[in-house]
Amino acid sequence: MTTADLPIDRDPYHIGHHGAGGHHDLSTGHGEGGPASKRIIVGYGFWIFLLSDFVMFSGFFASYAVLKDQTAGGPGPRQLFDLTDTALETAALLLSSFACGIMSLEMDRKRLWPTEIWMLITGLLGLVFVFLEVKEFAHLVLMGDGPQRSAFLTAFFTLVGCHGLHVTIGGVWLATMMAQIYFKGFRQDIQMRVLCFSLFWHALDIIWVAIFTLVYLIGVHG
Amino acid sequence: MTDQPDPNALHLDAGDVAPGDVTHGEFTAGWRTYVLGLAIAIGLTIASFWAAQTHLIYGPSVDMALATLAVAQMGIHLIYFLHITTGPDNTNNVLALAFGIMIVFLVVFGSVWIMHHLNQNMMPAGRMHGGM
Repeated sequence: MTTADLPIDRDPYHIGHHGAGGHHDLSTGHGEGGPASKRIIVGYGFWIFLLSDFVMFSGFFASYAVLKDQTAGGPGPRQLFDLTDTALETAALLLSSFACGIMSLEMDRKRLWPTEIWMLITGLLGLVFVFLEVKEFAHLVLMGDGPQRSAFLTAFFTLVGCHGLHVTIGGVWLATMMAQIYFKGFRQDIQMRVLCFSLFWHALDIIWVAIFTLVYLIGVHG
Repeated sequence: MTDQPDPNALHLDAGDVAPGDVTHGEFTAGWRTYVLGLAIAIGLTIASFWAAQTHLIYGPSVDMALATLAVAQMGIHLIYFLHITTGPDNTNNVLALAFGIMIVFLVVFGSVWIMHHLNQNMMPAGRMHGGM
């Protein structure tokens, strides 16, 4: 039998007794039946990339956690951060992540306009988030509290800015996917790209949860 | 015919899924999953912002409460948005995630731990010129 006979989401290399193809060999990891479907491989590979992105962010989180009290006589989190803006950013990104999920459901049904509209909602909410963050950064820099002010602010701009850069690049990616879905239709390779995008977008929201907790809430409280 | 996949085997192993894959759910079931995830995430977010600003919680324990709420919300996102589960179809995804979490914890807590001890062993700034 060939892999084409298998259901598309069935991984022949599955760890366990039911992974292999047609021979039903009960030994673990027998590995018959050829490679996993492309959708599984692409999704899994992108998942590995996202985890490595988390590991990269952990370096920025670690440097922020270490440097957050090194204000060099300058203002600390309590003086600088406005939790109302943080709440708005959090709401925008969370709703954007939700819209992205609904978009992937519509894409599974191959409905063009609902997919495009939910993509647009995802992108606009992401734009709201980026706008609020740029506004906050500009305000800080104009007040003289830019990244060169203290080690705390350097770590802050690096961590939060890196996340904002991810969201911005994700927005460009999303716009590209909207165009590709519109002009090329629901081709399998394009659907896999959109699947990767939605993973990316949800992962950014997870990182934002860590940022608003560590940087903003714990910063302003403690 | 002998090469046909055994329906019982398919029943036992519904197939692996990629992260974020929702192929097992119907459309309405998918909606329900996302709405439920959104509702829980909103609840946890509100709880976080409330805990940071209230005076009802014993001050020194607020940080731990916030960390707990954040971990819970990240878990909710993983389950309801990224569809990472502990099911047999998700073994590879969960193993990779476990490895990622391990590295993240090593880097973050390792750095904080080491730098904390380094700060403790540093001479206080005021004594630098006062001599020992």
